[in-house]
Amino acid sequence: MANNILAVLEQREGKLKKASFEAAAVASKLASELNCDAIAVVVGNEIINLNEVSKYGIKKTIHLKSSGLEQYSTSGYSDAVTAYAKTVGAEYLVFANTSLGRDLAPVVAIKYDAGILTDCTNIEVSDGDVVVTRPVYAGKAFIDIKFKSSKKILTTRPNVFKAEANNSAGAPEIEVIEIQSPNLNSRVIETKKSEGKIDVSEAEIIVSGGRGMKGPENFHLVEELAEVLGAAVGASRAVVDAGWRQHSEQVGQTGKTVSPTLYIACGISGAIQHLAGMSSSKYIVAINKDQDAPIFSVADYGIAGDVFEILPALTEEIKKYK
Amino acid sequence: MKIAVCVSHVPDTATKIKIANSGKDIDPSGVTFIINPYDEYAVEEALKQKEALGGEVTVFSVGGDANKESIRKALAMGADKGVLIKSENELDSIGIAKALAVEIKNEGCELVFCGKQSVDYDDSIVGQLLSALLGYNCVSTVVGLKIEGNKITAEREIEGGREVIETQIPVVITTQKGLNEPRYASLKGIMGAKKKTIEEKSSANVESSTEVIKMRKPAPKQPGRIVGNDVSAVPELVKLLREEAKVI
Repeated sequence: MANNILAVLEQREGKLKKASFEAAAVASKLASELNCDAIAVVVGNEIINLNEVSKYGIKKTIHLKSSGLEQYSTSGYSDAVTAYAKTVGAEYLVFANTSLGRDLAPVVAIKYDAGILTDCTNIEVSDGDVVVTRPVYAGKAFIDIKFKSSKKILTTRPNVFKAEANNSAGAPEIEVIEIQSPNLNSRVIETKKSEGKIDVSEAEIIVSGGRGMKGPENFHLVEELAEVLGAAVGASRAVVDAGWRQHSEQVGQTGKTVSPTLYIACGISGAIQHLAGMSSSKYIVAINKDQDAPIFSVADYGIAGDVFEILPALTEEIKKYK
Repeated sequence: MKIAVCVSHVPDTATKIKIANSGKDIDPSGVTFIINPYDEYAVEEALKQKEALGGEVTVFSVGGDANKESIRKALAMGADKGVLIKSENELDSIGIAKALAVEIKNEGCELVFCGKQSVDYDDSIVGQLLSALLGYNCVSTVVGLKIEGNKITAEREIEGGREVIETQIPVVITTQKGLNEPRYASLKGIMGAKKKTIEEKSSANVESSTEVIKMRKPAPKQPGRIVGNDVSAVPELVKLLREEAKVI
């Protein structure tokens, strides 16, 4: 029987993130398969939605609390999580593979002497061993991989694992542990938000534009469609390199690898680096003049026509149902 | 200041991946290998900091003889010397970080730059692992950096924005696109790089904490449907998205 499994959750501005509930659901499932207990751990100061954790199958939540740890600190968070993992002798730690999870999990791995596998898209138990599937080469290939270490850390790719809330779950058990004089060798002093924007790595729907948009001045067509769908705006490498859009929007091998429910590619031909970054999307729509463009080979639905005519019409048509 | 920059040698991003007969790795035949794109930002930042602070830039790479090509590229851009850490086995990120930590400590570098991710295994964790092994501070996915004395102010990319981190040297910084514009190696730089030394070390005692069972290609996607070729196809597309895919 395996020892405890910790789901290490992430709060931003005192609120737990959706990707963390996915990690909690993964930890809960793993615990039932390995016949052990799952515990959720979260570092922060005031957190408003700790009660929600139990809906994802984890009864006990540990809040490692300090006013000094309201904002992220690699040193402070990694010390707090490592110390708690040691006290319960955790065998597995599960993090969401977000910008915070990718920063924190490897530091905890070294401090806790654990092996680490990141960006997992499937986790299975086979003969008591956990076998992980994760993309490599930006999704051009996948590996099945297992741990050789006795302690193990997993990070889960956002939007891949289901986190369905069970609203009839019992009341959660929340324990607060005060962290005295946290290690603030490194700390966040300021957060700069891109106002009102959804990040491509967190979005359920992405509308992306490529060179076929012909110039930055035409991206309002992409933005308007994204707006009616509540979607994030993405971009191909070509348009980022040309300076039309910011790098934070780039989808593909030297940008972000994404797995939304719906990906709409507008004026994107589909270079191999781009396809690698988005082909694991659940549904792909391509709008491109060139019927032979590689993007159509991965698209579920396509319109082989002029983006400048189709995008406004598509935005209007969708508005009818919103 | 002794500055370290870590580089990996990876397949060009335009490469089509073929699986090797072992079923555990890619088939490298016919593949062009390049310096990892994110590592070019690391090299550039190391050189900029050397220009500002003085000191020496040492390039570290873990792998086989072929990695010398990427070390030379960094030397041609202006780094001073190279260290190739040879590994007999394929190492995972923890193995690579351990091998790097030993030699970076030997060299006494207190400012370390790594690309935020290698575009082969895409783990995005070597720099963070390395910082913890060295007992250094760490800022990952950095798009802005200021060094004043021992004080580091770095901007890192997060979902929907950026956060500004304050910390101190010694530190490991992992570099993201947008931090700088990597310089091109000049002809003089390329000629000069041939004369710079690449020391060879061995990572004999380092082991991975994970083991690859199998590598495979994703299942090919069934080609979809072209709904039409002009505006008249739009209502049909929306209907499919609502009723068949049920995604909007």
